[in-house]
Amino acid sequence: MNFISPIIAKGTSLISIPKIIEKTSTIVPMPIQIKGVHLFIKAKRRVWKGKPIPVFIEKPIPDVSELAIEDIDVSNPFLFKQNRWESYFKRLRDECPVHYQKNSPFGPFWSVTRYEDIMFVDKRHDLFSAEPIIFLGDRPEGLAAETFIAMDPPKHDVQRQAVQNVVAPKNLVEMESLIRSRAVEILDQLPTDEPFDWVEKVSVELTSRMLATLFDFPYEKRHKLAYWSDVIAASPETTGGECSTDETFTAAAEMSRYFSQLWREKEAKKMAGESMGYDLISLLLSNDKTKNMINKPMEFMGNLALLIVGGNDTTRNSMTGGVLALNQFPNEFEKLRNDPSLIPNMVSEIIRWQTPLAYMRRVAKEDVELNGKTIKKGDKVVMWYVSGNRDERKINQPDEFIIDRKNARNHLSFGFGVHRCMGNRLAEMQLRILWEELLKRFDNIEVLEEPKYVQSNFVKGFTEMKVKLTAKAQ
Amino acid sequence: MGSITFIEHDGNKHQVDIEEGKSLMQIAMDNGIPGVDADCGGSCACGTCHVIVDKNWIATTSTASEEEIQMLDMTPEKADTSRLSCQISTSEAMDGMVVRLPEFQM
Repeated sequence: MNFISPIIAKGTSLISIPKIIEKTSTIVPMPIQIKGVHLFIKAKRRVWKGKPIPVFIEKPIPDVSELAIEDIDVSNPFLFKQNRWESYFKRLRDECPVHYQKNSPFGPFWSVTRYEDIMFVDKRHDLFSAEPIIFLGDRPEGLAAETFIAMDPPKHDVQRQAVQNVVAPKNLVEMESLIRSRAVEILDQLPTDEPFDWVEKVSVELTSRMLATLFDFPYEKRHKLAYWSDVIAASPETTGGECSTDETFTAAAEMSRYFSQLWREKEAKKMAGESMGYDLISLLLSNDKTKNMINKPMEFMGNLALLIVGGNDTTRNSMTGGVLALNQFPNEFEKLRNDPSLIPNMVSEIIRWQTPLAYMRRVAKEDVELNGKTIKKGDKVVMWYVSGNRDERKINQPDEFIIDRKNARNHLSFGFGVHRCMGNRLAEMQLRILWEELLKRFDNIEVLEEPKYVQSNFVKGFTEMKVKLTAKAQ
Repeated sequence: MGSITFIEHDGNKHQVDIEEGKSLMQIAMDNGIPGVDADCGGSCACGTCHVIVDKNWIATTSTASEEEIQMLDMTPEKADTSRLSCQISTSEAMDGMVVRLPEFQM
């Protein structure tokens, strides 16, 4: 065993798996390649212990006032799950706004917690690189998919421009009536006066239908999209989530099988001279820069995964977060019932208040002075949007949910600079339509118990929230 | 005092007074022009104060920085005379200027 292990270790360090996959992709189908890599990594782990995967065991999170400042570790994946995050980030913002944690399970990292500092880091892609990944921890070995959210200009700009037309105005206008009809289908089937899980019946269902529409994915298989997205964002080594490496690989193989097939079908349609739709794959096939993307599996998988995750957790958890916020601030619910024209402004306020993705990670490209601290070249830097969105220095009464808040659009949840969220208008549209249709049907959406939250340091979301609907009085 | 005209995507016109030295975005916000969002509040970091300057007037505006062009490249509605209005400092030389708004601020 001892003489094999160095060879394998050497093999993986000298030859990059993505390169091998790219070279063989025209001969070997992608799902089989992914399976192959999975077996290889498994074998490698067995004979030669690679980087250990962190194991997270839940413990009650202490009151932040009991900790020394250097012991505060906001990468703890239970901080959101136990709903203890507000006091932790407030202490960092007040006492140590650019904070270094040197012993986290994800390695040492800097936390940037104030609005203005986050804006600075997000804008300065010349100083802070988004490569190789925007999660706190490193990628599972062998799954180094390439995606433009984790690329720097100029490569980022080319790739993003190739796909951004999927949310061009013409498409958004086309999508509005479709989104509305799908929302209405769901809402009309909801039970009234009895408890049910809002996450499952509304948020997940509506987001899955939307994703299926965007990708023109087989409608009856739409739940797979939400499942893949959950798995991608939930590996322990990246975000402290609960999925095993095996599960991630199995999902990746399955996803590549479905999407390769969908791609080939659309490609055949294109060859036959049929008119192409406005779905994402048709758009990629219609663009000269991306029409052969399937031959670069890591890029193919990476960009699809990005668009699935980008459209899933974000919107889903804002759909749940909005209901929770209106329950915690009942006067705002009253305000909304009396004036539904506040919906667009409320949508921005929901996205700020919930902040469904807590952060984006960067790596310093050179030594940078920030708020009195020196960040060294190569250090990980985490921009905590979830904290900046509650920064008292920028936002009045930041912990309050105020649906007619002035400047509600100035939140950080979409990020700023070249990586700003591409689907922001689509997300706002989906939330606006949901609330327009909810107010037509229901007088009240009562949250019955404390919701259950996701285990992750990245996704700030819900696994369950029991509610009861009251139909609108006739 | 000079004025600038904003034309919304649906053709609605809004004529507003120039306040020398203020950014075009700030003037739009102060006058409640629909269709200018300014999500980042004037930091050249979001692209949601996009305007398309009438080509006869583009020479009166400064040249767009590399940073601004990078943000403009992210909108599918970018035109030859697209600018971020937060990066245009207004002056009396712009009296009569016409700018059009895109269908969506991305």
